[in-house]
Amino acid sequence: MGDLLSLFINSVFIGNILLAYFLGICSFIAVSKTIETATGLGLAVIFVLTVTSPVNWVIYHGLLAPGALAWAGFPELDLSFLKYITFIAVIAAMVQAVEMVIDRYSPLLYATLGVFLPLIAVNCAILGTSLFMVERNHTFVESVVFGAGSGTGWMLAIVSMAAIRKKVRYADVPKGLDGFGFIMIIAGLMAMTFMMFSGITL
Amino acid sequence: MQKDLSHYKEILVKGIWRENPVAYQVLGICSALAVTVKMSTALVMSIALTLVAGFSGLIISSLRHLIPSNIRIIVELTVIASLVIVTDQILQAYLYDISKQLSIFVGLIITNCIILGRAEAFALANNPADSFVDGIANGLGYSMILMAVAFFRELLGSGQFFGISVIPQFVYDMGFQDMGIMVLAPGAFFIIGLLVWLKNSLPGGISHEKK
Repeated sequence: MGDLLSLFINSVFIGNILLAYFLGICSFIAVSKTIETATGLGLAVIFVLTVTSPVNWVIYHGLLAPGALAWAGFPELDLSFLKYITFIAVIAAMVQAVEMVIDRYSPLLYATLGVFLPLIAVNCAILGTSLFMVERNHTFVESVVFGAGSGTGWMLAIVSMAAIRKKVRYADVPKGLDGFGFIMIIAGLMAMTFMMFSGITL
Repeated sequence: MQKDLSHYKEILVKGIWRENPVAYQVLGICSALAVTVKMSTALVMSIALTLVAGFSGLIISSLRHLIPSNIRIIVELTVIASLVIVTDQILQAYLYDISKQLSIFVGLIITNCIILGRAEAFALANNPADSFVDGIANGLGYSMILMAVAFFRELLGSGQFFGISVIPQFVYDMGFQDMGIMVLAPGAFFIIGLLVWLKNSLPGGISHEKK
């Protein structure tokens, strides 16, 4: 239990996929203009990550990993090179399925998250989390916790960024630095803050 | 022939400088930064991305009359993912150490917005040769930013240039220290912010809309 908690805290703060591994910056910049949309996208990312990370774990360890097809009579087969194409297909399919289910059962949630779901299919944070999950040899339970933790960390970062951008809207930024450059500097300061959690051991 | 060459040159210049991906289209930064601690990894990443961008443009453009428009994104992703698999296998075979250091970031070329963006915006509407040049040009524009960030991070963070120490010992004796922050994640954000500032301040820099 303690291990899982520490994995969660680690993926939220120290190994934040956005601020430590630079994943999902495209949508981080595009969607952090208002807090409401940032929260919506953040929730959608948590949801999709918590679902895709374990699904990809099952597919990888059941079909693609070296020796995984031993039950089908191919003990030496190593299909792990197919992981990129499989994961991206799983993610696109999951996003589509999630969109349909939400649309059917919760129109209110769909109205909030709907527009963001297609964006997520090509968000590198989602693919990156699945690839990290394989590279770090997580177990099934760890893959769920890691997915949820990464999503939470991503949401925390984008919502804080939206809040900061609201505060600095009328700030007098030097000409030329205004806009994209300024956001990157703020992100750098945020990354420094998140790194301060690295002293915590549970 | 002369006209053809100047036509390709125009596409190249457009991709590399005038519409430089990272600075103006805010695309493709995702995977740009994590590999910029050292110049050698950044260089391999740049070459891989430029080739994938060029060939995905070539293939998608050749198939553009065959792809049904409602499933085009899936088709584009499949083409790009296949090219990335080939790239990853080549890297593992010939440059194993660097491939280990790049870890998951080669795979993330698939979701790189530059490649999908150019496929959508350019390859679907232009002939294969133009699309190939456009992909290469956008890849080179991205490589330029990536190498610039890597140059500053490696120089300031560990005093090296492609792994060779370039800051003389007497500078350290006088009290100079490598900046640890440059090796860590925040350094990349600061450098990219400052580079964008520099580029916007150069003559000919496009003033973009106030956010």
